[in-house]
Amino acid sequence: MLKVSNLSVGRGRISLLNDVNFMLKAGQALVLRGPNGVGKTTLLRCVAGLQDPLLGDINLEGSVAYAAHAEGIKGSMSVFENLKFWADVYGGSMTEEVLLAYKLNDLAQRPAANLSAGQKRRLSLTRMLVTGCDLWIMDEPTASLDAENIALFYMTIDSHLQAGGAALLSAHNDLNINAETLDLAQFCKARSIVTSNFDEPLE
Amino acid sequence: MIQLFTRDVVLSVRSGGGFGLALVFFLILVVLMPFALGPDQSVLAKIAPGLLWLGALLACLLSSDRIFGMDYEDGTLELLATSPLPLESVYLAKAAAHWFTTGLPLSLAAPVFGILLNLNLEVGGVLCLSLLLGTPALSLIGSFGATLTLGVRRGGLLLSLLVLPLYIPTLIFGALTVNAAALGKELDGSLIPILAITLGAIAILPFFSAMALRANLQ
Repeated sequence: MLKVSNLSVGRGRISLLNDVNFMLKAGQALVLRGPNGVGKTTLLRCVAGLQDPLLGDINLEGSVAYAAHAEGIKGSMSVFENLKFWADVYGGSMTEEVLLAYKLNDLAQRPAANLSAGQKRRLSLTRMLVTGCDLWIMDEPTASLDAENIALFYMTIDSHLQAGGAALLSAHNDLNINAETLDLAQFCKARSIVTSNFDEPLE
Repeated sequence: MIQLFTRDVVLSVRSGGGFGLALVFFLILVVLMPFALGPDQSVLAKIAPGLLWLGALLACLLSSDRIFGMDYEDGTLELLATSPLPLESVYLAKAAAHWFTTGLPLSLAAPVFGILLNLNLEVGGVLCLSLLLGTPALSLIGSFGATLTLGVRRGGLLLSLLVLPLYIPTLIFGALTVNAAALGKELDGSLIPILAITLGAIAILPFFSAMALRANLQ
């Protein structure tokens, strides 16, 4: 479903990760691990198509849903309306059962502005379900979740994988799911500045 | 695309959305103008067409930086950019929603506000028509400016500087049409240049705006 070969990514012209290779088949999940600032988000943004890689190829088959740190929740709309909007954008379906995945059913009519950080994160995780996409790219999905909801998250990922989906996750601590872990620190060599034709030669 | 348009309209009408800001700004301008210029009715009627067009234009500009700013700040724009919706459609839907919540109410209110400036209703009708044809261009150009200044803190100033020169043709043709109607001249296709600007903006700006969005989201 996803094949990343010889990928180098960076912010601006400073390269962060070099020569990253991995493959993801249907039914598989991959956790990208690494300390803060190593380039997890940058790599995910490249795979999601928001950012161009410095070098290398990303081959992607199937539909992709991306969940970033910023959750894109509209405070003046209710939980249900927020999810309905994303279901419509992705051409997915919005049902009452979807709300049960993260137990948002009691909060469905509440304005999203009144949600706690954990509840917002649960809304953002439920959003992935309504998209109906094959590959989920999620940036630190368990941030601000309690133990009970982390367990729900593991269950949701499991059933997504069993249904033939795939997931690419980032985390800075261990995720207790049936997935390969790729430590990004090994790809982080000495940081170099990529030169371009517009650079003046250094004296 | 329809869903994004509807969502933007709903967000704008709900609390904190800023619907009515443009209309109230327009009303304040028109109400205060006779106090500033004196109550001479012949003077007011003479400047009314230009003043109403200028007021509508500034009212449109006032809310332009919010078109993409809010979605950029809370991360919605990144999520939209990775969704199946093309960025060209995102731009068109958001510009259409902006017009629906500012340009359309302004156009409909303008003949009524015109009465306050001693503009007769017949000329008011021409004013309304010219605004209906011209304000979509203002929303489209304003949205385009908003995609360029995305991510610039307090980008409103830069946005105004970028967008105002592009507004000038619409303003000239709009005010010209209403002034001619006030002098009792026939319409004679003077609405066509306004319509041309709007149609041109619809045809060209989505592509440049999508490019700007893509670059700013990198």
